[in-house]
Amino acid sequence: MACIVTGMSIGHALLGLLESGPRHGYDLKRAFDEKFGHDRPLHYGQVYSTMSRLLKNGLVEVDGVEAGDGPDRKRYAITDAGITDVARWLATPEKPEPYLQSTLYTKVVLALMTGRDASDLLDTQRAEHLRLMRILTDRKRRGDLADQLVCDHALFHLEADLRWLELTAARLDGLTKEVRG
Amino acid sequence: MMPAGPLLAADSLHKAYGPTPALDGADFSIHGGEVVAVMGPSGSGKSTLLHCLAGIVTPDSGTITYAGRELSAMNDTERSALRRSDFGFVFQFGQLVPELTCVENVALPLRLNGAGRRDAERTALAWMERLEVDDLGGKRPGEVSGGQGQRVAVARSLVTNPKVLFADEPTGALDSLNGERVMQLLTDAARSAGAAVVLVTHEARVAAYSDREIVVRDGRSRDMERVV
Repeated sequence: MACIVTGMSIGHALLGLLESGPRHGYDLKRAFDEKFGHDRPLHYGQVYSTMSRLLKNGLVEVDGVEAGDGPDRKRYAITDAGITDVARWLATPEKPEPYLQSTLYTKVVLALMTGRDASDLLDTQRAEHLRLMRILTDRKRRGDLADQLVCDHALFHLEADLRWLELTAARLDGLTKEVRG
Repeated sequence: MMPAGPLLAADSLHKAYGPTPALDGADFSIHGGEVVAVMGPSGSGKSTLLHCLAGIVTPDSGTITYAGRELSAMNDTERSALRRSDFGFVFQFGQLVPELTCVENVALPLRLNGAGRRDAERTALAWMERLEVDDLGGKRPGEVSGGQGQRVAVARSLVTNPKVLFADEPTGALDSLNGERVMQLLTDAARSAGAAVVLVTHEARVAAYSDREIVVRDGRSRDMERVV
């Protein structure tokens, strides 16, 4: 399963984590991985490059530096501008992604255009979606509430795909006539 | 690991209601302890398939074999006895007797099989505990929520320790959260009891609780395990 926080919003997620109090870079990474990373933990490099950018933009400040060798030992604190930035990000709706030209759509049309059995393609895809849904459902049963929320999000999206597959299967006769002219 | 042969199997089932074919060569198989989802659009024949498998409807042709015995070779009395002893049923709604309390509802199949009231209700309460509705024993179905009522119905379907549980859209009348809880408890209880579950559903999130799925379309079935 993909990390639920996209590359675009890692900075905001790290900023949000800082709102509860100052943290070191490695502590931020650990908190991020635990809450949002799931199967895709952040690289240390990502954390430090993101923190450098936030520092440069005045959204965080250095609250202290630990003595010693090794990687970045700075402790970061969020600034007032950072808090405002988090609030703005939370209040801004995400752009819904309509997937209008999905690969699945292309495959169905191409199958019909080339005289292949599109219902085979749809059945195989449904089975693959359900296979993943079983894995997620099993993970939900074993996981805590946060795991359940993440899996639910993925499950509902897969279910939406499946509803499209079912509707497309029901429309194959009409679609075949249109595509083949 | 699955045993060599299926517990329940159907081969080339045909069934028509008047001129309309409901099943047109459908196959099916399930092993003990397995949960198989039967999926497909409305009117595809999936409920007819379930009714044939359960011996409620007799197919026009084709064979159904349960534990090595052919259902079509049994008379009505034998099939009824088999349904009472070996099969359990859960439907979408309307299955509890409104005049009886929940524990009396769950105990009903045992009472019909001749068990005494005290023993039957003790067993019923144990199943209600597994379905997390043991605190509702004294209430009537009209006094509990839809999700609770469905869990009571699941407890009743399992109280006779059936070998096969037939569930036809068991969460169809429930919201997501209650539907999910019912599916978790139903599949956990059935698996721990070693019962096979034939789960008819058009919802993918419900089918995701199964081990594999069979898709029915235009009266014909497709075992997706053999496709992928």
